[in-house]
Amino acid sequence: MRFLFKTDYEDDIKLFPHSGYFVSYGILIALLLIAPYMLSSYLMSQLVFVCIYATVGVALLILTGFTGQASLGHAAFLAIGAYTAAYLQKYNVPFPVYFLAAGGLTGIIGAMVGFPALRLTGIYLVIATISFALIVEEILARWESVTNGNEGMRVKTLSLLGVTVPRDSPTFYYLCLAVLVLTIVGTLNLLRSPTGRAFVAIRDSETAARSMGVNVALYKVKSFAISAAITGFAGVLFAHKLSFISPEMFTLQLSIEFIIVILIGGTFSLHGAVLGAIFIVMIDPFLTYLKDDMPGIIAGIAATFGAGPATAGNIQSKVAAFASLNGLKGAIYGIIIVLFVLFEPLGLYGRWLKIKLFFQLFPLYKRATFKRQKIYVKSERNR
Amino acid sequence: MLDFVQQLVSGVALGCVYGLIALGFVLVYKATEVVNFAQGDLMMLGGFFAFTFIGMMGLNYWVGFAGAVAAMALFGMLAERVVVRPILGYPQFSIIMATIGLGYFLRSIAGMIWGTDDLKIETPFSQGVLRIGSLVLAYDKLSVIAATMILCTLLYLFFNKTTLGTAMRASSENMLAAYYMGIPVKRVVSIVWAISAAVATAAGVLLAPITFIHSNVGLVLGLKAFPAAVLGGFGSIPGAVVGGVLIGVIESMAGFYLAEGWKDVAPYIVLLAVLLLKPEGLFGLHVRKKV
Repeated sequence: MRFLFKTDYEDDIKLFPHSGYFVSYGILIALLLIAPYMLSSYLMSQLVFVCIYATVGVALLILTGFTGQASLGHAAFLAIGAYTAAYLQKYNVPFPVYFLAAGGLTGIIGAMVGFPALRLTGIYLVIATISFALIVEEILARWESVTNGNEGMRVKTLSLLGVTVPRDSPTFYYLCLAVLVLTIVGTLNLLRSPTGRAFVAIRDSETAARSMGVNVALYKVKSFAISAAITGFAGVLFAHKLSFISPEMFTLQLSIEFIIVILIGGTFSLHGAVLGAIFIVMIDPFLTYLKDDMPGIIAGIAATFGAGPATAGNIQSKVAAFASLNGLKGAIYGIIIVLFVLFEPLGLYGRWLKIKLFFQLFPLYKRATFKRQKIYVKSERNR
Repeated sequence: MLDFVQQLVSGVALGCVYGLIALGFVLVYKATEVVNFAQGDLMMLGGFFAFTFIGMMGLNYWVGFAGAVAAMALFGMLAERVVVRPILGYPQFSIIMATIGLGYFLRSIAGMIWGTDDLKIETPFSQGVLRIGSLVLAYDKLSVIAATMILCTLLYLFFNKTTLGTAMRASSENMLAAYYMGIPVKRVVSIVWAISAAVATAAGVLLAPITFIHSNVGLVLGLKAFPAAVLGGFGSIPGAVVGGVLIGVIESMAGFYLAEGWKDVAPYIVLLAVLLLKPEGLFGLHVRKKV
């Protein structure tokens, strides 16, 4: 077991607390770099979506996880980024320019949302962000001179420094990966800076933060702007990956998916965004697998337990019918959300920490270490 | 002028449905500080239950209505027991997410069981119209308005005049203190969920002749009920209905007098304006803590 002795503040905020980090993250980066040559093109495509979702997840973590401002409107920021890119592309603006412009514009709009949100907390903020997203969705559908309305916009193939980068090429994957890694490193740096500390202070207690001299309004707006800007960058990549965007892609459903990303991953650490993104994106291939292979497997199991071929065939067709029911994905989403909220509130990363601690402290691990405190007294209405 | 009155009445009728869903939010919020994002889906499920009893089993309308309300009250208690009770006392955000998950689940399950078609319930009100001069008012819309008024009055009296209502208000203020005063908080919360599911069912059944029942109706109307609840002030029973009616009228007028597209966003623009200018709503008691 490794003991870390911290002798000054610099030790406490190091990006890599000990040499083990270089080894594990080095291996991870190496694996991600050779991934295009190892995985099938379908899985590569999913991996690109993981990168994009994880970028949005990190953005949402800054706002929801670290500043404590819940948002169910991030699909709108993603849409603004995507549409800015698609619109500027029509005028042959080069990629780096419209990439930055999309992030900048989304950031400004994020700040504009942040100002009114200053007066709102908790449930009111959630409802306000939902309304914002619904209004943006309607504007996208109606402002036809810019967004082409419900017919949607075609996004041309990305061209970077004169080289075209098709959306399923390894280069595009490296681009998304680079954006994700830069976002994560940037966010880690942000969170150990005074700004990040102020965010966390606001999350833990607005009153205490204010009395310590934190300008709550300023930092909340900053948090909104940064989170929106990162989502805008992700939006550009999203538009290029899909190569076609229309308003019905950026619905409340997508905002909820982003919240599920951080909820499942864990809201207290950036690892959560990545783990949650992997989970959400990989649900689709998993369900397809379930649809294609599960009936056969279950029929096989039934046959080994002595069911006749007729019964086994019957079971197979019933399971197949169940697996191809229309709403199965929604039901599974719902169950997953409820189960995570009830039984794994710290998310996948929390589970990983628990397992790690279990082995580190063996046989002294106790479950109460991670127990959350219930507060029955405080009414959030009067906060 | 006649157009205006027609629009007004249909707006009020639609608004009453928003108001009934908002009533469900408000009841749960008043008693437990929980905002139930699955309220619209409870309404949808109630409508489907009523369809099963009336349309498929051929029961009398009123018997089917009562059966659906009773079944949904039990379902509300079950949902509370399974999803909400284990996380009472945790941050609001967890509970919001849990109810969003519940909503997802209910929508998909309803889609699997009853299919994705629009269903219609035959009601005693669906045919006739009331004529006052040249004004034509459909009975189904009038029935929604009347039922909303009755339910709102009953619930208001219940909350403000009965012991159980007082216990509910007390446990919303401070669960621990209410428990110390001898209020069985768990049972109170359970009952409140039953009532709110029953109110949602009433909304669903009354709505059925106007918009039909399909598995996504709860999501669409539930989202419109938020502006209603916020406009009325999130903890007020008359406020929810007044807010609902105002939102319904605004939506109806925007659809008639303004360009296409305004109809869908008008409620949310009103919502944002209310949140900015008067976050406590029309009837709310919003205490802002000074630092």
